[in-house]
Amino acid sequence: MSEQFEPILVGFTCNWCSYRAADLAGTARVKYPPNIRLVRLMCSGRLDPAFVIKAFAEGADGVLITGCHPGECHYLEQNYKALRRYLLLRRTLEQMGVEPERLKLVWASAAEGVKLAHEISTMVEEVRALGPLDWPRWWNENGFHAVVEEQAQEVTA
Amino acid sequence: MSTNGKPKFAMYWAASCGGCEIAVLNTGEKILDVDANFEVVFWPVAMDAKYKDVEAMPDGSILLTLFNGGIRNQENEEIAHLLRRKSQILVAFGSCACEGCIPGLANLSSTEQIFKAVYDSVTSENAQNYRPQFHTTMPEGDIHIPKFYPVLRTLDQVVDVDYYLPGCPPESHQIAAVIDLVIQVLNGQASLPLKGAVIGAGQSTVCDDCPRQRNVKTIKAFRRIHEVEELDPELCLLEQGIPCNGPATRNGCGALCPKAGAQCIGCYGPANGVVDYGARLISAFASVIDSNDPEEIEQILDQIPDPAGQFYRFNLAGSLLRAGKPAWKQ
Repeated sequence: MSEQFEPILVGFTCNWCSYRAADLAGTARVKYPPNIRLVRLMCSGRLDPAFVIKAFAEGADGVLITGCHPGECHYLEQNYKALRRYLLLRRTLEQMGVEPERLKLVWASAAEGVKLAHEISTMVEEVRALGPLDWPRWWNENGFHAVVEEQAQEVTA
Repeated sequence: MSTNGKPKFAMYWAASCGGCEIAVLNTGEKILDVDANFEVVFWPVAMDAKYKDVEAMPDGSILLTLFNGGIRNQENEEIAHLLRRKSQILVAFGSCACEGCIPGLANLSSTEQIFKAVYDSVTSENAQNYRPQFHTTMPEGDIHIPKFYPVLRTLDQVVDVDYYLPGCPPESHQIAAVIDLVIQVLNGQASLPLKGAVIGAGQSTVCDDCPRQRNVKTIKAFRRIHEVEELDPELCLLEQGIPCNGPATRNGCGALCPKAGAQCIGCYGPANGVVDYGARLISAFASVIDSNDPEEIEQILDQIPDPAGQFYRFNLAGSLLRAGKPAWKQ
């Protein structure tokens, strides 16, 4: 039996809601797959689209953005900004060949540990079905641009 | 090779359009200062020289090389390595060498798609459907042409680069200022900037140089210039719904396009501190959309039909992702 592909997900969580939802899931012993690496931000509005792009460029197979429900942002309306950035970023990434399913936005309040765990489990399965993204590593470990082995092909008519 | 004691100067074009060379000539009489202070040893567009002449020069014997163009094929790559070896100061000159520019947009397509567009479209007469072959065997022997790489790279993705001079093309007054600086350095009147510096450009954004009035931005629709009945000559273009790339773009041009009523397209590349040019623009554009309703937001975003082209027009090869999947997964 061949080994099952384990996708790597990066999850960006909001300090005021989804991070606490994940915390709650942990306290309540709600299980979700260990494929996701959570990063805590102060707000989903702090999410620079470059974070997402960097995650994909450095080996993530999927990125989950989470924030407070509409109307419940700790900073009034920054989660709406996150929503707009997400929608525009998804369109741009699709043109680059990143399937839209690899980027997801989920609202989760501090009480919704079970919901968040469920969303994570669902996304892990969705990305597993898509397979690895395998974006080329353009850098080497020193941070410098590695010389990429360029496979030039003969193109026939 | 003559030895008149003057420091040596070279300029090369890889995958580029030639606009950078024109920009250098546009410096006017400043070009005479180049001639007075330098010996031009290699400049394919301006003088006859062979690659083997450069190969014969001692390593490090060229003081200053301005390299424009991206690394599209094997020839570009070989000359980049050759000129790096022969030059003391290698400048990535112009947007193509710095960040890929328009040729870098081909990184969204596969080699086959590119060749189809070039050799098999309505503008090409190619009934036999010929494609260039890297190796061809003829009765007289094997013929090789440079290999075409699947992904265009910027100069610093191939060799070590000392300075970056951005712009498509760099503004002539900025080139003139850099020439002046180098001559001052030669005369001991100035010192070189730190390695890796961006020269001949500003340290801020195009918005900082733009005289248009800026308020709190709220946009209900993105529009192209010709779709606007009457453009307000004083007001920020982005506020009028024109997708202007000024917020993320390095200044140095003097905000020429917005001053003339056209949106900034981003030819001076990312401003200081911008990790990913497209990401910064996505952030800026999304922030000013005046809607919190997902459906309405999608409708507004439909008015940017080509987001990758809008946000990475000059910067795709230099961005974090560098190339679309069709280019690298062939």
